[in-house]
Amino acid sequence: MSSRTFGSAIRRREDPRLLTGLGTYTDDLSLPNMAHAAMLRSPHAHATIVSLDTSKAAKAPGVLAVYTGKDTAPALKPMPCAWLLPNAGLNIAEYPLVALDTVRYVGDIVAVVVAQTPYQAYDALDLIEVKYKTLPAVVDPEKSAKGTGAPIHASVPGNQAFKWTVAGGDADAAFAAPGAVVVHDRIIQNRLIPTPMETRSALAQWTAATGELTLWNTTQNPHIVRFIGSLVMGVPEDKLRVVAPEVGGGFGAKIAQYPADFLTCFCAMKLNRPVKWTETRSENYIATTHGRDHVQDVALCGTKDGKITGVRGTVWAGMGAYLSTAAPGIPTILHGLMLCGPYLIDNVKEDVYGLYTNTTPVEAYRGAGRPEATYLLERLIDRFAHAIGKDPAEVRRINLIPKFDNGHNVATGLTYDSGNYHGALDKIMAHVDYAGLRKQQAEARAKGRYMGIGICTYVEVCGLGPSQVAGAIGFQGGLWESAIVRFHPSGKVNVFIGTKPHGQGEETTFAQIVSSELGVDVNDVKVMHGDTDKTPMGWGTYGSRTTAVGGAALAVALRKIKDKATALAAHLLEAPVEDMDYADGRFFVKGAPAKAKTIQDIALMANVAWNMPAGMEAGLEASSFYDPPNFVYPFGAHVAVVDVDPATGAIDLKRYACVDDCGPQINPMIVEGQVHGGVVQGLGQALWEEAIYADNGQLVTGTLMDYAIPRADVLPEIEVLSTVTPSPHHPLGVKGIGEAGTIVSTCTMYNAVVDALRPLGVDTVPMPMTPERVWRAVQTAKKGA
Amino acid sequence: MAVPVSLTVNGQSQQRDVDPRLLLVHFLRDVLGLTGTKVACDTSQCGACTVLVDGIAAKSCTCLTAQVDGASITTIEGLAAPGTLHPIQEAFWNKHGLQCGFCTPGMVLATHELLRQNPNPTVEQIRHGLEGNLCRCTGYQNIVRSVQEAAKTMNGGAR
Repeated sequence: MSSRTFGSAIRRREDPRLLTGLGTYTDDLSLPNMAHAAMLRSPHAHATIVSLDTSKAAKAPGVLAVYTGKDTAPALKPMPCAWLLPNAGLNIAEYPLVALDTVRYVGDIVAVVVAQTPYQAYDALDLIEVKYKTLPAVVDPEKSAKGTGAPIHASVPGNQAFKWTVAGGDADAAFAAPGAVVVHDRIIQNRLIPTPMETRSALAQWTAATGELTLWNTTQNPHIVRFIGSLVMGVPEDKLRVVAPEVGGGFGAKIAQYPADFLTCFCAMKLNRPVKWTETRSENYIATTHGRDHVQDVALCGTKDGKITGVRGTVWAGMGAYLSTAAPGIPTILHGLMLCGPYLIDNVKEDVYGLYTNTTPVEAYRGAGRPEATYLLERLIDRFAHAIGKDPAEVRRINLIPKFDNGHNVATGLTYDSGNYHGALDKIMAHVDYAGLRKQQAEARAKGRYMGIGICTYVEVCGLGPSQVAGAIGFQGGLWESAIVRFHPSGKVNVFIGTKPHGQGEETTFAQIVSSELGVDVNDVKVMHGDTDKTPMGWGTYGSRTTAVGGAALAVALRKIKDKATALAAHLLEAPVEDMDYADGRFFVKGAPAKAKTIQDIALMANVAWNMPAGMEAGLEASSFYDPPNFVYPFGAHVAVVDVDPATGAIDLKRYACVDDCGPQINPMIVEGQVHGGVVQGLGQALWEEAIYADNGQLVTGTLMDYAIPRADVLPEIEVLSTVTPSPHHPLGVKGIGEAGTIVSTCTMYNAVVDALRPLGVDTVPMPMTPERVWRAVQTAKKGA
Repeated sequence: MAVPVSLTVNGQSQQRDVDPRLLLVHFLRDVLGLTGTKVACDTSQCGACTVLVDGIAAKSCTCLTAQVDGASITTIEGLAAPGTLHPIQEAFWNKHGLQCGFCTPGMVLATHELLRQNPNPTVEQIRHGLEGNLCRCTGYQNIVRSVQEAAKTMNGGAR
């Protein structure tokens, strides 16, 4: 591999348009004669609809139509769940696009208004008269399992969507072993609201004469929108074009398929004119999927000298009122299979109950299942270390899997690709001077100051993933990726990819791959994505998979181009192919680099095709559909240092440092940016963020005034370091970095705060660790003492 | 009922009759087609809609069009001459101060205001100065670096 720009922190090619206001997001689009839709959403968490009168709204100024479930049900199939988790008794309740007789969460759609302007559409919503008979609601998954509230779906006994078990080794035996040290914990994984800065939006255009529908949509995976949209709406895939223009962040919330998007299409088809719908932020908070929401009863056992022998637990995962597109796989496959973490743990067992609750559906949120696994494991390890009187870093060191280059099997059945976990731990400990920090802590404690140090090591499964595995675990799609590379006669290149970058910068990093593989100037490469009519099929951007899988597809396509270019160059230089050599975009006969054909020469000659070898087709274009042989497993070690004031509960985050290993970095600047953003989102869960529902199912944190995402003034500089351990199976060795920070920073922060307060007897603080909660934890510990 | 407004947007004079309740952000986006200005909340928390009103940053989602009758508005589209970047935009590009780009127009214009008030801000002053603008991608660190670089450039390279 030559490396013209691979590894360079070049500026992003997408930025000039974004910086000048020329980036076009879905809501920025307008079409001639466009109308505007607005959704009437249930104000109750659980109720039957006694009556629904839309007549006043229908007569309001500018209103073109009002639709209810009676209008939409005959035309639109219910929303499908696309992760059919096997061996789990999966019970999928019907998920209508518009509620027919029952609403099951605050936000369930009851009616749709279409008007000439958005203002008129919202005005008309207020004129729809709905009488509800409220029913008891349940918002907590554990309470849902115990029968609180009224049954949510008649077809679902006990509100149980599934029960899934992961088991490896013999956890019960490990816990029963003589002399085993056992620590328990009960963990509330606070429910989070993803909050991409761009809310969701859809714009639909229908051409009745040809039956063609175009949907511009805020999505991380336009090809999946086409696939599922086609099933729901009955529009054939070849006539359904889905375009994801600029997308303003997703974090998992733009993976799912949503009723409102297909309803916007329905309106466009009914009215025969373009219709746009864009959610408000308040609407986004109740209608776009949430994340996390586990109640975890977990335990870890080990020996007195620090060897972890088993992990066991029960999890109640809140799924919301309906099963969203990929929801069943998140608290199960992506969570339970990661319970060994980066450690040699031979015995694991966890039962996961998925429960319907009267809340917004829960889906993937940055990390999706893996933060919940890392968090419980890292929290238990700190408890274990405390119980046996060992330093938490030392306990991790004892249990980390030794360095491996090509495959390590863990008890949950996964095969990690490569890892040097001790390397990451050593590097972070040296960087922060861990021993020095512990010394400072002792001095601080002697002076009555509550300093805490959190240290966590982690591994994540990402680069989802082999399609055969996807099938085996019930994912209703493939997980390969695709790329087409097209050389134009002038040697300029277009790359068409099936994934959908939405802030991660692959227009730049993928151009860097092209430049490095074939010696093309990075500015001569344009990467196209997001339009199902113009790009090859692909499964989208989530699970840190775009570079890990899509980047591999691109590399394979480029190598096909290189093979063809080599053969054509040999022909033109009148040499046998086996005598050819290549360096930095130049093809030449071995030993004669001066007489070379550049890739641009070859592109021209292949496109004009005046002198092709026998049997070689014209053009210089290749495609690849790359199905990875395994997942990739990035890893790392993070440290947080805090001061906590027990009198006020205030936490002062003094330092946050991390070592992450995502393999070779195509663009270190972009990697660092992903780490910053990921770490801060994880800190958000630890310190500020929680979607709070009242017992009656009202979302109390329904705006950005009440739901606290991190702001610039509450964060320290994050110190970003890395190690480089290539994946043995990826053509470029790269792994993924989008989710790493979020997966581990939450628990690193938590462990630091608890470490600070241990002298006061505090051994737990609920998240988010607001000053009030910290203060209460201190008071509770004082009473107990 | 419509009210006549006359204002200058990015140097161009605009006269319209508008709905009295029409927010400035919707006037910019829907009437003038200047969609660089974004809406990301309903409650004035996020700052994505920040524009300059007579040179001073304002959240255009919290301002009626009729309120700014007679004013001169600068949006992200008008911050630099076509084909060029303002030093703040250039600095955000250099320092990877944006990822998805949705908060960026507001963040750039809030930075303009910050540097207008304080041409040489400390890191702490930058973080405090931008706390009214939310970004979910960057963790703000590279935004801080961008503002530092912009300040340096706008001060002629000296600090």
